[in-house]
Parts: sequence; C-alpha cells; structure tokens
Amino acid sequence: MPNYNWPPMDQRQQMGKRQSRLDGIEKATGRARYSSDLNRPGMLFAVMLTSPYAHARVRSIDTSAAQKLAGVTGIRTIVKAGDEVNWVSQEIAIVAATSEQIARDAVRLIQVDYEVLPHVVKEENLAKAGNRARPAGEQVTGDPDKAFKEADVISEGQYGIPVLTHCCLESHGQVIEWRGDTIYFYPSTQNVSGIGPDLAKNLEVPATQVKVHMDHVGGGFGSKFPSDRWGIECARLSKESGGRPLKLFLDRATELSIAGNRPSAFAKIKVAAKRDGTITGWESTSWATGGMSGGGMPPIPYVMTNIPNRRLNHSAVQTNGGPLRAWRAPNHPQASFLTCAAVEDLAAKLGMDPLEVFAKNVQWAPEARRETYLHQFKKAAELSEWSKRWHRRGDSGPGTVKRGMGVGICTWGGAGHLSNCKATIHPDGSVEIELGSQDLGTGTRTVITQVAAETLGLPLDAIKVKIGDNSYPPSNASGGSTTVGGVSSSTRIATSNALEKLFEKVAPAWNTTADKLEAAGGKIQVKGDSSKSLTWAAASKKMGVQSITEMGQNDPKNPRGLNTQGVCGVQIADVSVDVETGVVKMNRLVAVQDCGLVINPKLAEGQVAGACIMSICGALMEERIMDAATGRVLNPEMEFYKLAGIGDIGEILVHMDIRPEMDSRGVIGLGEPPTIGGIAAIANAVANAIGVRVPVVPLTPDRVLAALEEKRSA
Amino acid sequence: MSKHQDELDPKTRKAGFSRRGFIRGVGATGGALGGAIWTEEEAQGAQGAVKTAGPGAVPVTLNINGKEHKLNIEPRMTLLDACRNQLDLTGAKRVCDRATCGACTMIMNGKVVYSCTVLAIDAQGKQIQTIEGISAGRPHAVSVAFVNNDGQQCGYCTPGFVMAAKGFLDRNPNPTYEQVKSGLGGNLCRCGTYVGVRKAVLEAAKAVKGGKNA
Ligand code: FES
Ligand code: FES
Repeated sequence: MPNYNWPPMDQRQQMGKRQSRLDGIEKATGRARYSSDLNRPGMLFAVMLTSPYAHARVRSIDTSAAQKLAGVTGIRTIVKAGDEVNWVSQEIAIVAATSEQIARDAVRLIQVDYEVLPHVVKEENLAKAGNRARPAGEQVTGDPDKAFKEADVISEGQYGIPVLTHCCLESHGQVIEWRGDTIYFYPSTQNVSGIGPDLAKNLEVPATQVKVHMDHVGGGFGSKFPSDRWGIECARLSKESGGRPLKLFLDRATELSIAGNRPSAFAKIKVAAKRDGTITGWESTSWATGGMSGGGMPPIPYVMTNIPNRRLNHSAVQTNGGPLRAWRAPNHPQASFLTCAAVEDLAAKLGMDPLEVFAKNVQWAPEARRETYLHQFKKAAELSEWSKRWHRRGDSGPGTVKRGMGVGICTWGGAGHLSNCKATIHPDGSVEIELGSQDLGTGTRTVITQVAAETLGLPLDAIKVKIGDNSYPPSNASGGSTTVGGVSSSTRIATSNALEKLFEKVAPAWNTTADKLEAAGGKIQVKGDSSKSLTWAAASKKMGVQSITEMGQNDPKNPRGLNTQGVCGVQIADVSVDVETGVVKMNRLVAVQDCGLVINPKLAEGQVAGACIMSICGALMEERIMDAATGRVLNPEMEFYKLAGIGDIGEILVHMDIRPEMDSRGVIGLGEPPTIGGIAAIANAVANAIGVRVPVVPLTPDRVLAALEEKRSA
Repeated sequence: MSKHQDELDPKTRKAGFSRRGFIRGVGATGGALGGAIWTEEEAQGAQGAVKTAGPGAVPVTLNINGKEHKLNIEPRMTLLDACRNQLDLTGAKRVCDRATCGACTMIMNGKVVYSCTVLAIDAQGKQIQTIEGISAGRPHAVSVAFVNNDGQQCGYCTPGFVMAAKGFLDRNPNPTYEQVKSGLGGNLCRCGTYVGVRKAVLEAAKAVKGGKNA
C-alpha cells in the first residue's frame, strides 16, 4: 500500500508554494462562465412574484391576464387560496416568457387578493416579543448563585448583533432544461454533488435523471445548498414548455429578502470574577431570530466553555422575516461578539489590560487549544503594537478623534468532509483528476492541482483538474470549512494509488518492486539511484493502451492523519472614532490564524483578509433593517444594505500560524474561522476608544453618538 | 437624453472623490439615480424634443469593442442586458442593477460607466469597451495584476473591477496608494478582495507604464 502521509514540510515541491489561483486569468478576463452567464439556444426567462406582506392569507390568485400576454410561455402558482404567507417576498408565483421584460410585465398582471394578518418583524426587545419568544429552558452548571455572591467583581452588559444577509454577488438561481428524461441543471451552488438528488427528490424523479454542471460560483457563504423553490418550479416550467432552457436568477431585492440570512443574537450577560481577572461565573439571557424558526443559542460563553458556574437562558424569537441559512461560521461571530464584549467590559471594570484577562481565562478553553491561544495573543499583540497603542478604556487623550484597540477570538472545527477523487494517468502521460466538488473562490481547484502535482512529482500544468459536475465522484457540499481537508486528502490518496499502479508497470524493467520507486521532478526513478530513471512520459508509455484509473476517498471517520479539526484565531482591531460625528474609521485589523498544514499560503492569506473585511462590514455597516409597521425589509438593495468599499477597511495584516507543530496536524479548513473574531475586536476597540460600550452592532454613527450621549447624561 | 445621462452618471460626475461617496452623500435620492429622476415637465419637454421609441422592439446599433452590432430590442433594455442576453458578452455582471456595485462596469467613449444604468438605445453612436474587448488576444496588464496579487476570490466582481481599474489608470497613470483607495470606491466585493486589488492596481500602473499594455 502506498504511503499517503504528507511529505515533510521541507521537501514539498508544490504544496506550500505561493501559487496564484489557476482559474484566476479566466475570471479576470471575463471568460469564466458562471451559471448566470449561460445563454442556451431558445432560452426562456423566468421571474417570480413574491408577497408584499409579512403575514397574510391568500384569498385568491388570478393569473388569467398574465397568461394572455404575448410571449408568456408558462405560469406556475406556488401558493393557493387559503395558504398563509409568513414573510415579505415569500414565493407566490413564477412566470416564464421569451424575455425577462415580458416575464416582469406578466408578473405585474397577476392579481392576488390577500387577507393581511398581524406580523412581528423586530426582536431587539425581548419583552415585546410576547408569545413569539419560545424559551429553550434553563441550563445550569455548577453553582452560579454562589459564584456571584462570592465574586470580587461583577460586570454586566447588554449586547446585540442583528440579522445579516449573505448578499452573494451572484444571486441565487439557475439555468435549467428538462428535455425528455433528462434534467440539465446549471445552478449557482456550494453543493454540486448533492443538489441533483435534492432536486430529484422534490420533483419525484430518479436522481439519475439530473445532470448538474457548474464551472464557477459567485459567492455562497453558506446560503447555496438546496435546489430551492425557484429551481424546482423552473424545472417544471421547462418541461411544460417542451424542454426549452429557462433562466432565473433572483433580483437583488428578492435575494436580500429571502435567499438566506444570518440569525441575530441579543444577550444580557453577567460575569463574576476575582480581582485578578479570573472569571468564576457566567449568567446570560439571550434571544435570537432567523425568521419563523426563531434562532438558536450561540455557543456562549465562547471558547471559554468551561467557566465553572453558569446559568444560560435562551429564547428563539419567531419573526416574519425570510428564513435563515447557514452563514459562514453559523452562530460563531455572534457568540464571539457577545462573549468578547463581556470579557472586555469586565477588563475595563477591573482596570486591566483585556489581553491579560483573556490570557488568564484561556484556562477555561479546551486544553488542546490553550497554548495556541497564548501564542497567538502574543503574536497579535506584537503585530498590532499593542503595548505601545493600548490604553485604559476611554483614556484616549484630548481631541475629537479617539483611537482604541480591541481583541476578538475564534475557534472552529474544519475537518475534511467525505470526498471521492478519481485520478487517471493516460498512456501519453497526461493526468486527469476528477471530483464532484466546487471552487467557491477559496482556491479549491488550485489546491487540488498542487496536491496532485506534489504526489506525482509533476509541474502544475501537467495536471488537468475537473470539478463542478455530478458525473465526477461525489464530494460533500462546501460548508463548514470542510472542503480543503476533504479534497486534498482524497486527491492525495487517489493520486498515490494511481502512481503505485504506474510504479508496478515500470519496476520490472529495473528488476525491482514498486515500493523502491519514487516520482520527482517529472521523472520516475529508483530511490537513491539516479541511473535508473525514466521521464514521466516514457514511464507512462509502459502502460500500453490502457489508462490507469484509481480512486481515493477521504473518510471523515478515518482521515489517516491527512486532515484534522480544531483551530484558533486572534484578531486585534485598531480604530479611530470621531466623537463629534460618530464615524468609526478602521486603522488596522490584525489577524493571527492557524489552520494546520497550509497548502497555499497566498490563497490562505487571501481567505483570512477577505474574512476580516467581511467582519468590518458586520461591525460597522451591515444590517437587515425591518420596518415594524409594514413588516418589510427597508434596505433590500445594495445602496442601503451597506458593504465596505476599498477605502473603508484600513490596513489588514494577516499572519498565518504555520509553525511545524501546526503543520504536522494535517490540513484544516479555513473558510469560516477568520470571519468570527473581527466584529468583537472592532466593537471592543470602539469601546476602548470612546470610553463607553456601544451595545449593538453595526457601530453606525447614530449608535455611537447615542452611547456617548448616554454616557454624558449618566 | 444622452447628455443628460452622462451628467447623471455618478462615474462621469466624479471629480476627485469616490462615486460611492457621492452616492452616499446624496442620501435618500441616491437609490433613484438608476431610475428616471426627471421631473414631469422635464420628461414632457424631452418627449417634445426627441423622437419617442418603443414600447415594442426597435432597431439599435451598438459599437462594442470596435465592432458594430445590429439588434432589435425594446428601448427599455439596458446596455448590460443587451450585452449579456443578446450578444453573449457575459463578462460584465448584473449584481445590484442600480448603479451601486460596479460589477457591470464598461468604458464608454473613454469614460467608466455602470452599464446597468445606461439604456442600450442611449449607447448608440458611442464607443463601448467591455472586459472581452480589453482581453482580446491576450490578457490586459490589469487582469494579470489581479491574478498575481490575488485580487479575486469567487471572481464575480472581478471583471467590473478590472474595467474600473483600467479606466482609473487611463486617467491616473501614476496613482498613489491613497488615490487607489479613493478612486476605486465605486466597486463592491463581497468576498473581500480589496487588499489584493490595491496591490494589483499599483502593479498594473507600473506594467502599463513599462509598455506591457497600451
Ligand atoms: S450591476 Fe451595475 S452597478 Fe451593480
Ligand atoms: S471576488 Fe467574490 S465578490 Fe469579489
């Protein structure tokens, strides 16, 4: 059996290289075809009619006028008379037509009569949620009452983080054609191998009938797993039109309203501590919404999960908003913000350096991670010039612009998912690697290529990687930072197996056995004997006419040391706040992050920097704003659903923690962890700068000014 | 109308401040920039002054990347949709469709425009350049710099960013780091690639000067 272990760090030729992404030029020249870019012969366009009300009962739907419009090829109603709709922009009907404009006109001609029902769309105030709040039951560990009675100091605060939406730049949708027995499905998805069976189940056809293909996806962040109502109905409309291809991608307003969101989280938190900063007790009453399903409790206290005496209460608040979907590190940014804000407030109350308080309480983190956090605190402090720039809360000197520093932390799993890879070596020496996976922009294609090239001792351009099609061996969906561990391991195993077979063809000529051979520098040779060596092409000829095809699987139950889980990260924000205008300016965000063995440091750093920028959006700008009176989303377009621009982010400093002891752990996912700690770090930096906690993010000027005002009047 | 459109276009109005900043500055009316914001008298005056077209399909001729394209499209179709849906030029993306994100950026008569907010019928008689045009033959130096500096992840914002960067460098061949930050404020990236984009634009400026691309 081949040795699948990763080669030692100092012997790697392709892995660990700062390789530019291999599909980069395609993307940067506009040649890359996303599913939303497909133009198929005879293609129709579909547009959805959605609910204008947050809560209503449908009395009747009349599509007759729309049916008659020239160019309309089909209409499907998604709700029927008597059905309730529970959020604004919920799907009502869908129209297919020869052009998008005609489909839009037709949508306007559909008459729906609604009985409007009462709604609840806001959850900031738990007292006002009434029977929409569903308590999950109290969880008690240890003796919190005693801990609070005996505490040297008790710090209390209230914090909130609102609903965000994914706002993928490529909106949700697909091109689909149901011709004869086959459904050709071109979605925008994180789930190439799984979305076909999902669609098939919804259409009640065998999964073998669905052919899925997607070359690129314009963002997902956790929102693009299922085939979705619009995918299902478009398939039927295509069939009804005799198999014509049909395109539907949500318009931005619908995308922001119903294509997924990250649940909010609010909490009243009380922390008991000793005078030296050691936390001895935790009490929290939290609540959250992610639509009609409410919202789960973020994992608080975050990282410091073993704080000895805890009392936790959580309520899921049902609101008439679009349904939640997984959002890059589900529940973690919320938990990190709630916890790190409470710890920072404790530190301020004690007059201590928060880094010291965090370091002290790392004792409550899982043992295996403690050393890493301590190392990372030190590194982040050094890179952010903490000792020079940090000051006591509010002690930021004269002037109207106040500078402050704050810290946030993260943890995540990130073990490799179930992944199958097929590696083929052809007699002409060409190599194909096939996986039913997808590249979300994380660099999946590139790292697969690097692993295959490393294993086969070939240059990158000798490897043809094929992903994005469900005819390739299945890999699980890309969610939870599981892809890189999964695909790198399955690729390593498949390519090692294929190479072993090639060795078996070549070895007899040298009177030796496969285990004595190695592949390096484009050659197959006897280990330690350079006189016995063949070029890759010459060696491949030995296989005659038959290609070698071998499989490799990453089995999450037995990852063979190739991948593992569990990472840490520390972020430190440096901000300036204008106390006259309330505007927060980013000076710098420092991120120290480990993720085990890093296959491509360049792309890894890009992931982390991008995640930092996402945190800046979440800390300072982004928020789905609901209108209590009408139940509508007030900002379902990108002008007022604010994202950071290139000038809004200050400087981002990324440090990958790739010490040998990290590398030896194997590959660990990176997509989620660096998105987690930034919001906490920025919110804490603002509190440090202006001397008062701004309780709810994003830290917009009005919230900053309100907090300052409250401090003045206190 | 075309003159009007130019004046309304936040990209062409800009003078030393970012388009995004400008749109932010105009507050509540910013969202309407993409739509009709004429007063009723203006609209009537305009109707009297110019020939009306539509609502059915009308012949439209577009000069894109130096080539004439004859189309028969409804006058309400945007330049972006005409390119994407009629001409299969899909490098420019439709993201916000409201002149906010820059994913649809093209260059028209040398000026950077949001093609989601230009009607195809108004783009007649103008020289339109798309990402496909600047990438013909070989990748443009700006595209290469985006790859070298990893100014992209999912890549959906990238063609628009590359066009905006090219337009920016055409006007400012020697930008400072600060100018790059303020000059490219009209493009949004959800994946957060701005760190790479900043480096890419500075590298591209050098490459263009070095004659690697005209
Ligand atoms: S699509 Fe044109 S600016 Fe966003
Ligand atoms: S690279 Fe994904 S939106 Fe910019």
